[in-house]
Amino acid sequence: MLINGEEKALACPTALSELLTQLGYRTAFVAVELNGNIIKQTDFGSTTITDADKLEIVSFVGGG
Amino acid sequence: MISKEEINAALGKGLTQAQLDALHNARVAVVGLGGLGSNIAVALTRLGIAHLYLYDFDKVELSNLNRQYYFLDDIGQYKADALVKHLRQINPYAALHSQVIKVTEDNIPTLLGDCDIICEALDDAAGKAMLVSTVLSNWSNKKVIAGSGIAGFGKAEEITSKKITKNLIFAATATAIFTIYRSAVHASHSALCSRHCLPHALF
Repeated sequence: MLINGEEKALACPTALSELLTQLGYRTAFVAVELNGNIIKQTDFGSTTITDADKLEIVSFVGGG
Repeated sequence: MISKEEINAALGKGLTQAQLDALHNARVAVVGLGGLGSNIAVALTRLGIAHLYLYDFDKVELSNLNRQYYFLDDIGQYKADALVKHLRQINPYAALHSQVIKVTEDNIPTLLGDCDIICEALDDAAGKAMLVSTVLSNWSNKKVIAGSGIAGFGKAEEITSKKITKNLIFAATATAIFTIYRSAVHASHSALCSRHCLPHALF
């Protein structure tokens, strides 16, 4: 699995929402690209990530 | 009255016809018209963007005047209305589609359907993530310029912009979005450098 350009091992297929939490992200504050496609936030729970996947996770900080 | 041609010539000075056409034909949205969004909209107008879609639900407050493109006379007015007045002082011929509205997942298809480029300028992290995720998952042909962590008095050279994915560019501030918009970057540098020279500087 590749997350933001870094190799990481994923032991078993995991829901994206669970993976984000494990990695320390707050799911409401991130945008996620999976293998080139942006995933809707409402689909985080139903999207399964495997060790072959490539993820880009963008985390937002408040302030405008 | 200054003519449309004169305004276009002034705003587009030094550009080729192809560049001018690209600027005139682009449809750009600014979502959130606070510190980031109001300045982005001004920069885009000075750049020659002629079709802007401006969305914000909030009113101008006195506390906004330290960083937002509003004036004392604007206090109490909706930002979407006040900003249009100021943009008309730069280009009275620009097509400005402004609306007092909170942008949500449900109204994004209607509000942003016509736009090519969307500048995310909301102030809360959840809103930013929602806007970026919704736009980029709904459309594959729109570009999003997002901002994050822009507050504070850090040095201007710490501001960066970075292409994250095919359609997402992450910029830390309005003035860093368009690399060709050097005068605004320069103005920010000058202002911040002036602050650094002050006694009892805040840095």
